[in-house]
Amino acid sequence: MSYTPNIIGFACQWCTYAGADLAGNLRAKYPPSIKLIKVPCSGRVEPEYVMEAFAQGADGVLVGGCHIGDCHYKNGNHKTSRRMMILSKLLEDSGFDAKRLRLEWISGAEGYRFAEVAEEFTKELQEMGPNPIKGGK
Amino acid sequence: MAKVGVYVCHCGSNIASVIDVSAVRDFAAELPGVVLARKDLFMCADSGQELIMQDVRDGLVDRVVVAACTPRTHEPIFRAALERAGLNKYLFEMANIRDQGSWVHGQDHAGATEKAKKIVASAVGKACNLEPLEDKFVEVTDAALVIGGGIGGITAALELANMGHKTYLVEKQPSIGGVMAQLDKTFPTNDCSACILTPKMVEVYNHPNIETYTYAEVDDVEGYIGNFKVKIRHKQTYVDWKKCTGCGDCASKCIGKAADEFNGGLSERRAAYIMFPQAVPKKAVIDMDHCINCGGRDIGTLPKVNQKTGKLILAPCEKACPAHAIDRSIAYDPNGDIQEVEVGSIVVATGYQVMDKGWFKEMAPESPNVITALQLERIISATGPSEGKLVRPSDKEKPHTITFVSCMGSRDEHFHTYCSRFCCMYMIKQARLLKEKYPDLVINMHFIDVRSAGKDYDEYYTGARKMGINFFKGKVGGLEMLPDDKLRVLAYDMEGGENIEYVSDLVVLATAVELPADATTLAQKLGIQFCGANFFRELHPKLGPVETATEGLFLAGCCQGPKDIPDTVSQAKGAAAAAAVPLAQGKVRIEPIISEVITELCSGCGICVPLCPYQAISMRTVEDRPRAQIEMSACKGCGVCTSACPSGAIVLHGYKEEQIFAQIEALTA
Repeated sequence: MSYTPNIIGFACQWCTYAGADLAGNLRAKYPPSIKLIKVPCSGRVEPEYVMEAFAQGADGVLVGGCHIGDCHYKNGNHKTSRRMMILSKLLEDSGFDAKRLRLEWISGAEGYRFAEVAEEFTKELQEMGPNPIKGGK
Repeated sequence: MAKVGVYVCHCGSNIASVIDVSAVRDFAAELPGVVLARKDLFMCADSGQELIMQDVRDGLVDRVVVAACTPRTHEPIFRAALERAGLNKYLFEMANIRDQGSWVHGQDHAGATEKAKKIVASAVGKACNLEPLEDKFVEVTDAALVIGGGIGGITAALELANMGHKTYLVEKQPSIGGVMAQLDKTFPTNDCSACILTPKMVEVYNHPNIETYTYAEVDDVEGYIGNFKVKIRHKQTYVDWKKCTGCGDCASKCIGKAADEFNGGLSERRAAYIMFPQAVPKKAVIDMDHCINCGGRDIGTLPKVNQKTGKLILAPCEKACPAHAIDRSIAYDPNGDIQEVEVGSIVVATGYQVMDKGWFKEMAPESPNVITALQLERIISATGPSEGKLVRPSDKEKPHTITFVSCMGSRDEHFHTYCSRFCCMYMIKQARLLKEKYPDLVINMHFIDVRSAGKDYDEYYTGARKMGINFFKGKVGGLEMLPDDKLRVLAYDMEGGENIEYVSDLVVLATAVELPADATTLAQKLGIQFCGANFFRELHPKLGPVETATEGLFLAGCCQGPKDIPDTVSQAKGAAAAAAVPLAQGKVRIEPIISEVITELCSGCGICVPLCPYQAISMRTVEDRPRAQIEMSACKGCGVCTSACPSGAIVLHGYKEEQIFAQIEALTA
């Protein structure tokens, strides 16, 4: 079954959001499934936002930050990494496929990498099918 | 109730050729909170901005959403327009439908249009929840820090100091000068490098507005634009520089030996040494890694007494020093001393290193007669180990055939994909200088292609071709070591369409330019990011070439990417001018996108305190209970504390919870 997944991406403004802009400059192609919400740091992404996105029916959520060691705010991404790891476990425990949540470190120089991730994630979500919560909304 | 105006930009055909702008406009007009939606060919042009300003002045809208390019470049432009029209500039939100829309979804016009609608809805959702914010202004410390004492740092420091600003120049080596001090002559004019550089070195050192700290490193940086607190570590020299006259007597008596870094390891220096004869400042340093503590004179111990004569047994360096600058009895701290300075802006000009030949196993790196171009520079320099005479390192004999190999590690997917930019030109320079001095010398140069873009550069290259220097287009596949330390060169000549082989006495590798390893540590201290080629990343590749993502922090020279001396000097002057702006203004604006504790909601748990990377959060007592508070000038607005607060008592202005929830809702509608 092929459907167009709806992916919400929380992107830190220094790295992943800038990487997505660079993908544009490079005219890299990826499916229009992903829409970004700009945050100052991936450390601003509360697990609650991810849960809310899923609860509202998003098929996938991408959390994008700077590479470890490259955080504009020294170590915000360390916190993101731990928070999302715990959140993944919680999602699994509650019977929700945690593969719908993806954490990626994409720098402002990695335009093609952003496009690649968007493409890959879209394909994966197409294989997984729509978010099962979606209908219950 | 918010009155949102949505303005959709065609960006010429950049957006409109993919996205149905009218459809997006019509969709936006129906969104809750939106009172009007317009479109224009170029929203950022005067006419587009005027459209917004007129609607604001007419009282039609009090929130503005522009659907166009990226806020990273254009948000300030539209915010300024709002301000001119009399609306708080933070009541603005951008929908990025170009860089993250039309430019990447050209293959799917319908999909791109649908995505654009969602992104606009998300921006409108956030805009409805925006609140007016006020900029804060802080006083600026009228001083600058320049890190790196090569030609880039020297130039930046001189510019800043000549504009009247106190400037601290920090260099990790014992002398300023950088790589340029190691060069013999410079293209395309063949000026003697020392002749044009050393006067600048002296000028910096004696400038009344400049404090030059050599053999020093930046240990830590705190603060923000206008008010950086910098810890400078003065490394231990073990010589009293106040007394040292730079005579070099200690070096001539010292027995400990080390490879001379200044000569690319082609000669030896002593453990007590002066970096090079034209060093500024001309001061000696004792390198403890190579000091052998003659006479048992460990640092910090009292001298033994000669049983026969009753005299103290001193180390040769101590005895030699006529100025009594060396006293090994002093218990020096090997970590050196920390000095704190306060500055308003910082220029980073930490330069580069060239790759070591050891990386290139096919190029017989074990042969002493395979050298890097920087080593050849020392060989042909009058201040070098052979005083400018061309000799092979193996036997100090003059070579008959010399080979140059370009692009070693540059334009090579195994190492660096980028072009190191100035290797072609310095190889041509070296070949020309050698051909002028030794007309009989056979010079073979192998290039992928010759890159000689620059003022008078191509003429310099064409001139070299007329001098009887042999140019081959094609790569060198490898070198074989032969008896007598000669080398067989195995290459391909693209123009002749054949493999070529010949014997060479000396092979020069133009190894790639890269960041020194310790630059990474410095970048982390400063909060500098890296670009794909692993140099320091500028704010914008075209319009912000000296700025960084951190306000008040600027880049100059090769730390930002490979560049030759003219380009480094130009960029350094640009960086100095940019760094002088906050100093000249006297006050800088601090964006109010920072976190704040709502005291009534705070439970005093203290979870936020250790999370803050800037130690901006502390606990205070409010009505006998502990409550968190955030020091506004130290907060940089990352929102890590906001996300962690279990009571929801911390808000990050500009990224408040209800704003983000509104975006999620719009994107999943």
